[in-house]
Amino acid sequence: MAEAPLLELRGITKRFPGVLANDNVNFDLRSGEVHALLGENGAGKSTLMNILYGLYTPDDGEILLRGKPIELGSTRAAIEHGIGMVHQHFMLIPVMTVAENIVLATEPRRAGVLLDYDAARKRVRELSERYGLLVDPDARVDRISVGQQQRVEILKALYRGAEILILDEPTAVLTPQEAKELFEILSSLKSQGKSIIFISHKLNEVLEVADRITTLRRGVVVDTIPAAGATEESLARMMVGREVLLRVEKKPGHPGEPLLEVDDLTVIDDRGLETVRGVSFAVRGGEILGLAGVDANGQSELIDAIAGLRPVKSGRIVVDGHDLTHAKAKQALDAGIGHIPEDRHLRGLVLPFTLTENLALHAYRQPPNSKRGFLNLSAMTERARRLLKEFDVRGGTPTTPAAALSGGNQQKVVLAREIDGDPKVLIAAQPTRGLDVGAIEFVHGRLLEQRDAGRAIFLVSLELEEVLSLADRILVIYEGRIVGEFPPTATEEELGFAMTGGGRGEEAVA
Amino acid sequence: MSDDEKRVDESVELPKSQDEVPQAPLEPGVIPPPSMHFASRFDGLSGIIAPLLTTLIAFLMGGLVVALTGKNPIKVYHAIWNGTGLNWFFHIGNHSARIPFSTTHMWFPWDTASISAQNLQQTLLLTSPIILTGLAVAFAFRCGMFNIGGQGQYFAGTIFAVWVGTSFSSLSPWVHIPLVLVIGALAGAAYAGIAGILKATVGAHEVISTIMLNWISIWVGSYLFGQGGPLQGSQASIPISNDIMESAKLPVFWGLKLLQGLSIGIFVAVAMLVVYWILINRTTLGFEVRAVGFNPEAARYGGISVARNYFLAMAISGSFAGLAGAVDITGWEYRIGENDIHANQIGFIGLAAALLGRNTALGVGLASLLFGALINGTSGRQLDPSIFRPELAGNLTTIIQGLVILFVGLNLGGVWVWLKRRRRA
Repeated sequence: MAEAPLLELRGITKRFPGVLANDNVNFDLRSGEVHALLGENGAGKSTLMNILYGLYTPDDGEILLRGKPIELGSTRAAIEHGIGMVHQHFMLIPVMTVAENIVLATEPRRAGVLLDYDAARKRVRELSERYGLLVDPDARVDRISVGQQQRVEILKALYRGAEILILDEPTAVLTPQEAKELFEILSSLKSQGKSIIFISHKLNEVLEVADRITTLRRGVVVDTIPAAGATEESLARMMVGREVLLRVEKKPGHPGEPLLEVDDLTVIDDRGLETVRGVSFAVRGGEILGLAGVDANGQSELIDAIAGLRPVKSGRIVVDGHDLTHAKAKQALDAGIGHIPEDRHLRGLVLPFTLTENLALHAYRQPPNSKRGFLNLSAMTERARRLLKEFDVRGGTPTTPAAALSGGNQQKVVLAREIDGDPKVLIAAQPTRGLDVGAIEFVHGRLLEQRDAGRAIFLVSLELEEVLSLADRILVIYEGRIVGEFPPTATEEELGFAMTGGGRGEEAVA
Repeated sequence: MSDDEKRVDESVELPKSQDEVPQAPLEPGVIPPPSMHFASRFDGLSGIIAPLLTTLIAFLMGGLVVALTGKNPIKVYHAIWNGTGLNWFFHIGNHSARIPFSTTHMWFPWDTASISAQNLQQTLLLTSPIILTGLAVAFAFRCGMFNIGGQGQYFAGTIFAVWVGTSFSSLSPWVHIPLVLVIGALAGAAYAGIAGILKATVGAHEVISTIMLNWISIWVGSYLFGQGGPLQGSQASIPISNDIMESAKLPVFWGLKLLQGLSIGIFVAVAMLVVYWILINRTTLGFEVRAVGFNPEAARYGGISVARNYFLAMAISGSFAGLAGAVDITGWEYRIGENDIHANQIGFIGLAAALLGRNTALGVGLASLLFGALINGTSGRQLDPSIFRPELAGNLTTIIQGLVILFVGLNLGGVWVWLKRRRRA
């Protein structure tokens, strides 16, 4: 407490047209600490860090480095002051090698013009060994994993002499294993005297990695607290401004008749490989069936086959007594399948379309939204207005393009459309991917509400916690086969064991 | 402190932000993602700014070329302006005009028989097919396809219009004219439909297939109207078709038919702008086309047949271009020769018009007028050779057309917004 902070932001205010993105924000970073900046999507975290990295100029306030005020008019100035940033979306040139990317713009030269590649490689290797960031300097960036690309970004910042590292949602793109490795790297950097600002909206990560935590809500600092002693519940409350149910409170369901029956289904993927192999299961009305599994074990192909987006090689799909094995997407929709797709940008939304149009992506065919081929815009708008209100979509009107909404609100739009279609079966594929706690709570609540309304919910998620807390029954998929069925009382360890192939032959719980 | 005063002042005027207000009313305190500030500015401004800026810069650079030839750019542009006939609107006086298709005269603020009136007729005659070939590009573009085949589809319409127009000697114009126009449009639709089917079934890229179809249409036309060709006219030594029947010629409502007056083809073109707008914005077909154009995967997920829309959008595109050919034949050309087939560039000018007009109905209409006026204004017939040599002036049009396409590719709107952001920051 006694030592002066390395970096201090005082009274930072930044306005965008009609919006106060940062309102009199105070933030300080001590030497050798990890200071987490926590907040929901759109709370102003990125704006604040973009100011610190010289991308925006604040309307008000000052930035002090080692007690002296500094001007950061450009990223170059920020770099010269020893501030480095690792963006959420990497700024790397895919066709260049790791070493070339790291030394880019300040490369060692030979004869004034030629890149001294050997010197570059040597320096990269030194840096990488010193901080335990293992990468192959000669590998092409597009051939290495996302986790390694992130290391390259960190090395790039260190190469440019960064003492302060800003990491913007660094784990969003990482697998859990890669995230663990990142945390080890961070503690190693910390032990070598680097100071780190860690931006996140994931509570468990922040608690794991940070020394102190500052929470932003709607552009205002709520509080700065030491991580020791904080809990997920207390952080969630600070972040959202009210009590948040981190655990879903769920009453037992009342399963009825089977609405979705999948029988010995085999599906091939784009490469012609069998990725779903003889899968059979049934989902009853009024229950949530969870499908757990490591990514790319056939989940996507299974969902696509049910939704009529991918041909079935063999087997049967029956929805409420109707055979949909060889149905197209439209027939699947008509038969009562609602589908929250796993990638809302790729599939769930037409981003340049307005919210009205996105909400009508299926219903535009039916009256009153259209008659004899002509759209009825006022009916469509009316419907959009009702759904936006019903699903609490914020930051947009019926005429706002979907691209302008935050991720959580975009997902609410998808949810609204699929639920309003009155489906018998609702496929929810990774329904909370990339959402913050408030939006996750909302989505979970809606899914349970739909279960209780008698729909059959097929929940596919990579998040074990989500499957465990929502599902009434859990299937585990591994290499295209169902390898076990578990009750929601199963532990993460049991599921994890099955998900990695160890569960095969284990006694399934009926 | 003066800083404090400033802060107070700014916070007072904050709710009514300086020059731009986000499109969506926001709930107090709800901060939209950064993409929204950017998107709202970008859409609002670059939509109008970019085409205007593009045109301005193209004209400036065209002026530079003129200056390099030792001529005065302002004089040259003034002469071109007069050649377009657009100066007609600015000469208001006391005149009398005959009401089209009648013998009654009435008072009119403009002189309908002046030289500039005649010039304007020629500009609008050129504008009509450019609008239609422009729509041919725009419609496909809305479905995510780049239809380079407007020229070939235009020829398909031309060929069938000549064929149907020279046949049926005793039809009423009320039957013959619609027949020629509809057959011309259908011919264009069928021709573009080939590219559409190839795209929908085997995924052949429409840019490649439509370019190939262009060449096929040029050489088929060359054969049909050339020496000994089946549609060559009665004069055996001249590779030109017969004139179409009188009953197939569009009525001329302004100027004299003999002096190539303005036919009602311009109304057909403007009506198609309206049809285009309605199709795109107000029908389920347009909804599907736009959904496929923006995001085919999301459209497929929404139960929309992507393949069907690729085919339909191409066919509808082609029908606009085919109609352009039919309107030209029935409106003022009346016949076509082998040489015309090789010289005609209307399809490509339509391409530039669609790009400059950002594939909107109004934009295509205005850009078509710009190109129609430019081509007419720089033509050998209109431009005084002492001011600028017409053979150079014709190239000026091409230069401006090329610059427009180049700048549209550069996306000046984006650059402009970016510069503005820099300045604000």
